[in-house]
Amino acid sequence: MSKRIDVNNLNVYYSNFLAVEDVSLSIEPKSVTAFIGPSGCGKSTFLRTLNRMHEVIPGARVEGEVLMDGVNLYADSVDPVTVRRHVGMVFQRPNPFPTMSIAENVLAGVKLNNKRISRADADDLVEASLRGANLWEEVKDRLDKPGSSLSGGQQQRLCIARAIAIKPDVLLMDEPCSALDPISTLAIEDLIQELKNDYTIVIVTHNMQQAARVSDRTAFFNIAGTGKPGKLIEMNDTPTMFSTPSEKATEDYISGRFG
Amino acid sequence: MTTTQQSPETEPASDYGTHPGAAANRFFKWLSTGAGLLILITLAAVATFLLEEAWPAISLSAAELGDKVSFIKPEDGQSLLEIVGFLVYGTVLISVIALLLATPVSIGIALFISHFAPRRLAQGLGYLIDLLAAVPSVVYGLWGVAVLVPFLQPFYQWLADYFGWIPIFAPPQSGEVFTGRVALSAGIVLAIMVIPIISAVSREVFLQTPKLHEEAALAMGATRWEMIRMAVFPFGRSGMIGATMLGLGRALGETMAVLMIISPGLTFSPYILQPNQHNTIAAYIALQFPEANALGVNSLIAMGLALFVITLLVNMLARWVVSRRSEFSGAN
Repeated sequence: MSKRIDVNNLNVYYSNFLAVEDVSLSIEPKSVTAFIGPSGCGKSTFLRTLNRMHEVIPGARVEGEVLMDGVNLYADSVDPVTVRRHVGMVFQRPNPFPTMSIAENVLAGVKLNNKRISRADADDLVEASLRGANLWEEVKDRLDKPGSSLSGGQQQRLCIARAIAIKPDVLLMDEPCSALDPISTLAIEDLIQELKNDYTIVIVTHNMQQAARVSDRTAFFNIAGTGKPGKLIEMNDTPTMFSTPSEKATEDYISGRFG
Repeated sequence: MTTTQQSPETEPASDYGTHPGAAANRFFKWLSTGAGLLILITLAAVATFLLEEAWPAISLSAAELGDKVSFIKPEDGQSLLEIVGFLVYGTVLISVIALLLATPVSIGIALFISHFAPRRLAQGLGYLIDLLAAVPSVVYGLWGVAVLVPFLQPFYQWLADYFGWIPIFAPPQSGEVFTGRVALSAGIVLAIMVIPIISAVSREVFLQTPKLHEEAALAMGATRWEMIRMAVFPFGRSGMIGATMLGLGRALGETMAVLMIISPGLTFSPYILQPNQHNTIAAYIALQFPEANALGVNSLIAMGLALFVITLLVNMLARWVVSRRSEFSGAN
């Protein structure tokens, strides 16, 4: 189910503005990869090119290729809508649909793919997904309540349940804990460790301890100055990145000298 | 405390007393309160006027009123109440036709502007739609009579030929001319007149859909239409209903266009392709007013009172529907 990702010489543009320049990297299946770097360095922008969500912004485009198990996501024959059905995403702020119940939120993506799902299958899927997101025990008695009635951390786990309900090949997380308290953050981090068994996970985080805790590999992005494109400075195994990075900029950032 | 030790010259309150903006603040408070009160007073004055002026006609018996008012014919079994009934029916019927036609088109326009069109085209189109609202209703009436009604006649003929078995599309009785000056035509022109209102309000509501929810839908692989159904419509539902009610308010009160287009009649008939079946309150008042005597004017004002009540109810309903938004919008 999980797939490997190879990015070759990717440039990301907003109209004529080059936002991210010449990124090449590889992500192994069933691993957690963390993107770190100062604000505005293009790590979120780059993350969104992995499921073509950046195209939601008018004028955004890329050069280069993103290969998912060898298939270029930017080939002419590829439909971005289909890409997003295979690459799930969790956002910075929890965003369950406020007018849907907890169960409906979990099933929202499934209903897009498969309109006629039997009642029993739907119930099973809701339970499996919520269990997968470590939320089942907390909400099993109120599945018909609105998703917005949950706490922030629970909402975020609901969003993860919604994302894994469609059984994606890859799960992208864009600062999933930045709006959460430490306890909820811990719950999500534990969850990421479990999800790793089934999914390829890519997480953007501002929290370096979090990157050190959850990820197998870490990529450091940086920006030379305002108006300059963001670049991938280096990528390595997480312990190596946090102990003996090969670039001076990485060391400065990790040791808290800037950013 | 230490207050007893302070000398009388250094009054402590002087530092914390009035400040330069206080007068302006007080002035603004009275200005805004006054403006709010003015609305209430106006509304009360209108209601009082309507009740007072309508009373002479309401209090008379049907026979007495029929003797003195030329357009009420007791020999045909007509009473003031019955005429008001016909007119309320006609008004609501034509307004509902207008809304049924205008709402889907308006929602489509609003969605196109808010979610489909490129930004520059969307802006231009928005202005054009607003311009539609600026066309005087008498111009719509003229255009309706001179252009739209002749244009629609073959279509009505076709409707009557193939769908005449559905009661509302029944053709005029043999012998009657197929003029096209019927309730459906009035409804279509009213629809064009309320489209700018409904689409402008819906557009604003759709534009306020949280990006967060739109992206949530798109990121699960929703197409744009699926995203609109998952994120935009649920969010904008009460706004759309409110917009439709505002449109209904305009349609209910419209006078000139209906007056110029429709061949009036007073019945409870469902036949929207037949002339001499329906009329609206506003158009009826405008039609009868020039020739009415004192008691006739009182009768017409009673009809105005009915229209006032309907419009008030519609607007209150719209307010209520829109205010329900806060319940299910979600704090995020």
